[in-house]
Amino acid sequence: MVPLSWYLILAAFLFTCGLFGALARRNAIAVLMGIELMLNAANINLVAFWRYSGAVTDLAGQVFALFIIAVAAAEAAVGLALIIAVYRKRKTVNVEELDLLAG
Amino acid sequence: MTWSMLFFVLVGAVSLAAAAGVVLSRQPVHSALFLLTNFATLAVLYVTLEAQFLAAAQVIIYAGGIVILILFVIMLIGGETNDFVARQRSWTRGVALGLGILLLASLSYSVFQGFNQPPADVTAIQGGIPEAVGQALFTQYLLPFELASILLLVALLGALVLGRHGTVAHTGSQPASPPPSSDD
Repeated sequence: MVPLSWYLILAAFLFTCGLFGALARRNAIAVLMGIELMLNAANINLVAFWRYSGAVTDLAGQVFALFIIAVAAAEAAVGLALIIAVYRKRKTVNVEELDLLAG
Repeated sequence: MTWSMLFFVLVGAVSLAAAAGVVLSRQPVHSALFLLTNFATLAVLYVTLEAQFLAAAQVIIYAGGIVILILFVIMLIGGETNDFVARQRSWTRGVALGLGILLLASLSYSVFQGFNQPPADVTAIQGGIPEAVGQALFTQYLLPFELASILLLVALLGALVLGRHGTVAHTGSQPASPPPSSDD
């Protein structure tokens, strides 16, 4: 059986990759992909904790992961619609150039 | 090292390489394809955790839905923004790298501090099959399930409103905005 800490370390690596992508990328779609990576890393943690907890008949961990998948789907749809709307106005998806709210 | 550990290391290495490819590749299309690979490996990991229904949902929703949506938008608008020629403040990449390394170090430290005891012997279970998950969803977690459906409905309407052409929302009586031809 794989130790629980291996799953947690893998999820930490994935989350860090997603955080770096969300912070360092300039393409707004790539930023969205980084956010998806982070959500998936959290999901791995939830399912791993559920599996290694004593009460595997209580499916709270899996149900939580399912709700996160639903939230991620909603987030992707709204985020991509926002990106399309911004592209229509500004003709760019570079987040560095979207500085209307900067003083 | 048992076979399951070896399998985990192989799948985890593929998953990490795909995640690095998502954030490091120059073309957004390549990023999306690496993201697809990452989601597939995560589905395999869910199977090793005996969450079979979640693995199927991962493949259907992420690989079949979200990645396709991202690829559509990239093909429509995002393909020409190359990350390595676009304008950027010079310190952004360094700050992102530093924060990422800091986060990884602190997470790894806390994991190794908290979980260095030997793993509990977990027997094979049947908790992740669709029957059990469905039963839990429709009895114990019925209210969050309905709330999630409302969230998805609101997100659907929001995406629809945001994706329409021209000015919307307060000119409801005016049917001037033509239906979007290709991008919905």
